[in-house]
Amino acid sequence: MLGRAGALDILKAAIEAADADMAQASIRIGEFGLTRFANSSIHQNVLEKNAELAVKVIAGKRIGYAATNRLDEKSICGIAKKAAEFARHSQENPDFTSLPHAKPIKDANTFDGHTAFYTPEERAEDVSGMVCEAERFGAKAAGAISTGYQEFAIMNSLGVEAYNIRSQANLSTVMTAESGFGYADRASINVMDLNPVPAAAEAAARSCESRNPISVEPGEYDVILMPYAVAEFLEFLAYTGLGARSVQEGRSFMSGKFGQQITGKNITIWDDGLNSAGLPIPFDSEGVPKQHVQMIVDGVAKGVVYDSYTAHKEGKESTGHAAPGGDEESAEPMPINMFMAPGDATVPEMIAETKKGILVTRFHYTNVIHPILTIITGMTRDGTFLVEDGKVTKPVKNLRFTDSILERLNHVDMISREPKRQSICVVPAIRARRFRFTGTTEF
Amino acid sequence: MKELTDRALEKARGLGASYADIRIVNRQEESIQVKNGKVEGLSAKTDEGFGIRVLADGAWGFASSLNLDPDDIDSVAKMAVRIAQASSQVQRKPVELAPADAEEGEFAFKVKQDPFEVPVEDKLELLMDADRVMRENPEIKVAESTMNFWKTETTFASTEGSYIKQTKTESGAGISATAVGGGDVQRRSWPASFGGDYQTAGYEFVESCNLVSNAARTAKEASELLRAPQCPPDTCTLILDGSMLALQIHESCGHPTELDRVFGTEAAYAGTSFLTPDKLGSFRYGSDLVNITADATAPGGLGSFFFDDEGVPAQKVDLIKNGIFSGYLTSRETAAEIGRRSMGAMRAEGWNRIPLIRMTNINLAPGDWTLDEMIKDTEHGIYAAMVGSWSIDDKRLNFQFATEIAWEIENGSLVRMYKNPTYTGITYQFWQSMDAVAGIDEWHLWGVPNCGKGEPVQTMRVGHGTAPARFRNVRIGVLEEG
Repeated sequence: MLGRAGALDILKAAIEAADADMAQASIRIGEFGLTRFANSSIHQNVLEKNAELAVKVIAGKRIGYAATNRLDEKSICGIAKKAAEFARHSQENPDFTSLPHAKPIKDANTFDGHTAFYTPEERAEDVSGMVCEAERFGAKAAGAISTGYQEFAIMNSLGVEAYNIRSQANLSTVMTAESGFGYADRASINVMDLNPVPAAAEAAARSCESRNPISVEPGEYDVILMPYAVAEFLEFLAYTGLGARSVQEGRSFMSGKFGQQITGKNITIWDDGLNSAGLPIPFDSEGVPKQHVQMIVDGVAKGVVYDSYTAHKEGKESTGHAAPGGDEESAEPMPINMFMAPGDATVPEMIAETKKGILVTRFHYTNVIHPILTIITGMTRDGTFLVEDGKVTKPVKNLRFTDSILERLNHVDMISREPKRQSICVVPAIRARRFRFTGTTEF
Repeated sequence: MKELTDRALEKARGLGASYADIRIVNRQEESIQVKNGKVEGLSAKTDEGFGIRVLADGAWGFASSLNLDPDDIDSVAKMAVRIAQASSQVQRKPVELAPADAEEGEFAFKVKQDPFEVPVEDKLELLMDADRVMRENPEIKVAESTMNFWKTETTFASTEGSYIKQTKTESGAGISATAVGGGDVQRRSWPASFGGDYQTAGYEFVESCNLVSNAARTAKEASELLRAPQCPPDTCTLILDGSMLALQIHESCGHPTELDRVFGTEAAYAGTSFLTPDKLGSFRYGSDLVNITADATAPGGLGSFFFDDEGVPAQKVDLIKNGIFSGYLTSRETAAEIGRRSMGAMRAEGWNRIPLIRMTNINLAPGDWTLDEMIKDTEHGIYAAMVGSWSIDDKRLNFQFATEIAWEIENGSLVRMYKNPTYTGITYQFWQSMDAVAGIDEWHLWGVPNCGKGEPVQTMRVGHGTAPARFRNVRIGVLEEG
């Protein structure tokens, strides 16, 4: 490990070598291990030690950028000079105002030493437990467990100095029981939160429940979307229109809609990088502290997130949402710690209240068809069920959907009271009316 | 270098590895983005390191490091063996490798103009010119022009006696114009969407893309799409341009023929495949006109190489022959499972990633039509061009793709432009409906720089040779149904 002082020493050397009007240097360094399993066997098992030193140099309004994974003195100096050379040869970007100035950064608990140095033997033991649990259900286990840490430090010539060390543990699994599939995933800064055996049980139970699926005709159905699926809705909203860049270019669903109702009144979505219910991170890739940003409140479009480049274009302050790893102006600010307000229902209540509908565990291979209309398409996967007269009656073969996210969030009538952490979101399950399924497949 | 690779292999063998290989990779990258008349990205990146892959106790282990020194060689080799031994604790059967010959030599793809030697100012001038022409159209709110270059040197050595050095240079560029108006947003791109077109070539390939001379038409079409009618729902004849067909092949022929997917090792992430081994040699994948090869030897292909990352020589093999499913993309491990030798499709994104089965250049053989003849021969249908979006189920059966633009065909002529075209189908039914493919004059080897697979995810650069082709009875216009 470099530690704060070691990391900042490297950045200081890079900024001095750049010898520029303004300069920013950042470093990411860490170790990451991942154990993959399929057919109840470990088939890939890897460890990586890597680093990236990135230098951004500003000469007037000309900007150059260079990066390397070599951290010797000559490479540090060389990459700074390459960025400076690119800045000299570039053309002016009149929209660039300044790198950010320093602001106080709040502490966030982001590191667990056991997780950072979790061993391949420990990961294998976790996989072994999951395989045993799968066998108890008569299922085959596939998935991955990853653990590791990353140090991230950033410095600029205007006084920004920030350092964070972050551990991360992730688990995902797909269980197969004959023609049935089930899924579970977990993520935390602490590997002890993964609880691999209960996760395996969740996925294996669902795989057993989804055996021998029947075909149903595509069409409009009321749907119960589990948090895995709801998280995907939010991720696509983030990707297509919750960053300032897409609004400024007029290609966001938020463009021209601020202050207007864009979803049902029961929908509130915000970003909070410091909330420990998510995966907290104290500052962004420019060293700007994370701000709490309300994006949709009671269904009304309220705000989007900014990095310093997009903020300065509007005379605003960055909200601390520069794209992770995106040191260039072309990278777009994005919310990556999103929350959706819970309701007061439970999933069993949603099922009980549904005359005829489909319960969706998760989506697969979703993609945007129309960003302003927020129309996406994708498949259901790993547990799709028919709900009839208040009961889950049969598993169904996977369905293709093609629908507008905002339109569906305008027709949510039940929201679960216990949100779950999924990917970059903390979200509840929802029931939405008239979800549009447009096709079927053979399994 | 040989000293380090020998040290790694001896160390691994000494610790109990029955097989080991090491890849040392050095990569140089350059990337330029121009947006709305401003340089928004001008970056250089260098990256170097090594990865050691071992078989010990019949299981795989892999470890990697950025520090290319004897101490890290020793510790990484030791860690790779330790990881393999941990893997062996949860394993049903030991890994067996299909035989491969020991290979030696030094190989480099020749380029006419090294892109890293071309002055940055010249590259910026080209992109700025294209950007300026696109923005002459007042409805274009976002004009983007990009170039990317990679130079990769790979040294591979194995305990079976291989020692191979390869050097490859890849170049590409593209433009896109986004029109915004009337509550709508529409985009057109050239020569392909999502970053353009790429080849294993030098700067001469970028110049051949004719970005500036295509900028005005690209912008005009984006602008016209704002006022074009929505593509209506229909079941009709569909003609795809080459770039869209490249994606169709990628998703519905390339990925399902990856034998690791078939055996379930991607089940928890990207999914599996409907192409189970019982279908090999007998399953009717497409019409008689469908002939698809995996060709890692194709000149200029983004998926071309001399040897894959297991040291197996580049090959050209049939995947679909006269419409019948004939072959898989394989590794030494998966080939052994079906009693064959590897056809050489193991590729790693870099030194820090384990090789996986990846596409090389997956090419549709040309036919004897022309695009003009296909349109003239079509009474009613749609001609759709360039990738808009893509989605396919986890066994690669049900797909739904969108293109940037389409035109209605009536009585052999293009009669009107449509926006937001989509089409959907089941993979083998779609390919069985192909009744015409254009000839070699309209055949092009497209480069796709962003194929994702694996955990940790690996982005691979692959190629697809296509000419426009025609399909019958395809369901289109899903957005307007209901």
